[in-house]
Amino acid sequence: MDTRRLHRLAQIGMLSGMMVGLAACDSSSDNDNTTEMTRQYQVTITNLTAGQPMSPALVMTHSKDWQSFKLGEPASVGVENIAESGDVSVLMTAEAGNEAIYSQQAGAGILTPGSSELFEISTTATGTLSLSVLSMLVNTNDALAAVNGKDLSTLAVGDTTELYLMTYDTGTEANSETADTIPGPAASSGNGEGFNAARDDVRDAVHIHAGVVTADDGLATSTLLSQHRWDNPVASVSIHRIE
Amino acid sequence: MKKIIPALLLGSTLVTPAMAAEVDITIENITRGVYFTPLLVAAHPIGTQLFQLGEAASTELQAMAEGGDISGLETQLVSLGATIQANPAEGLLGPGSTTMTQLNTDAAPANTQLSMVAMMLPTNDGFVAINSLTIPTEAGEYSYYVKAYDAGTEANDEVRGSGAPGESGFPVPPPLEAKIGQNGTAFAASAEGFVHVHRGVLGDTDANAGNSDIDSTQHRWLNPVAKVTITVQ
Repeated sequence: MDTRRLHRLAQIGMLSGMMVGLAACDSSSDNDNTTEMTRQYQVTITNLTAGQPMSPALVMTHSKDWQSFKLGEPASVGVENIAESGDVSVLMTAEAGNEAIYSQQAGAGILTPGSSELFEISTTATGTLSLSVLSMLVNTNDALAAVNGKDLSTLAVGDTTELYLMTYDTGTEANSETADTIPGPAASSGNGEGFNAARDDVRDAVHIHAGVVTADDGLATSTLLSQHRWDNPVASVSIHRIE
Repeated sequence: MKKIIPALLLGSTLVTPAMAAEVDITIENITRGVYFTPLLVAAHPIGTQLFQLGEAASTELQAMAEGGDISGLETQLVSLGATIQANPAEGLLGPGSTTMTQLNTDAAPANTQLSMVAMMLPTNDGFVAINSLTIPTEAGEYSYYVKAYDAGTEANDEVRGSGAPGESGFPVPPPLEAKIGQNGTAFAASAEGFVHVHRGVLGDTDANAGNSDIDSTQHRWLNPVAKVTITVQ
């Protein structure tokens, strides 16, 4: 389909509603459907784990060509901060001037197991639109629950889609599981360190998290117990487009 | 909204689907510490599968899953007229590593399905697999997250041993020698008898004793274990 022609149609103000319909039905993911309208979404994140509180989530909308991290590559310091301490401010500040980022929103607080939080997202940015969600599983060294850029360009007004968060290991901190190195409540007996600039895991590259071993399963130095284990997915994200 | 429909139909007739004659395939090992033995990547006709979940593994699949030997599956695929790339990584594909290959089905347009297998080490009979995925025909980049399976042909005793089909234990090729424990007393286990989603390994934290020669802090995984990207030109 000639997407450039569609742009021009949209730009001269013809039937912006038609654009939405076309975009929703166009299965080729390369369309760069520029519109002048506001896109608005309700995003509900639910923690699906047994015993892993999630740090306040960072929800971002952005161009589909941008990603906050890449599998197999070192994590940025911003992403490292989220994964090791739940602090989203470093990444938000680093990306504040980035034209590829349309919106950034941090959650109101810790998302406990079983609970949900609703985010209302609105952007007038044009072009492709992807969603990313980043949150730390706080009873870990550096486990990052994430949706790493899901293209929502074809989600039509009124439609809902559901995504799931996998858990990544940012590879930025050794998975010692000790009380001194984990910031979550499971480590209240120790120093509970969050961010540490040292990169001392098996390799400085993001990979799929192998899960925690825990003291219950033979890692004597671990402050974690059976209830801190998880399987993927660890959270769901329901996305409803309202405008 | 009804007015859109003719425009849409017109739009779709203008799309010229690229015939999937040549596809690039990128395979990433996204585990923490699991190695893939030589990969077998093939495009083959619809209606054939390398395994069926819930069913007993073929002897060819067993040889791949227990010892990394892909020659039997390769022979089977050749007899089906498949388009094959064997061992694109030229040996083990380590954790965090990526390999790329191409399949060109110009001469065999019936080969519309993608399959990919490799044994996972250290496991007794664990393997990573794509089992007859329909290769997209429209130009673009398509990503798939891939699971680990258990062939069900060998007891998951988690100790060093043999890569020969039917013999216990797992092989330890030289690059893994220092990463794998020894003198594990072995978990009491038996072969399950059918292919299923792998339950993962337990391992232990003692490199010189304990039940397992697998390291619980290094060699466990949660799915997915691989990311495969197909690029259709």
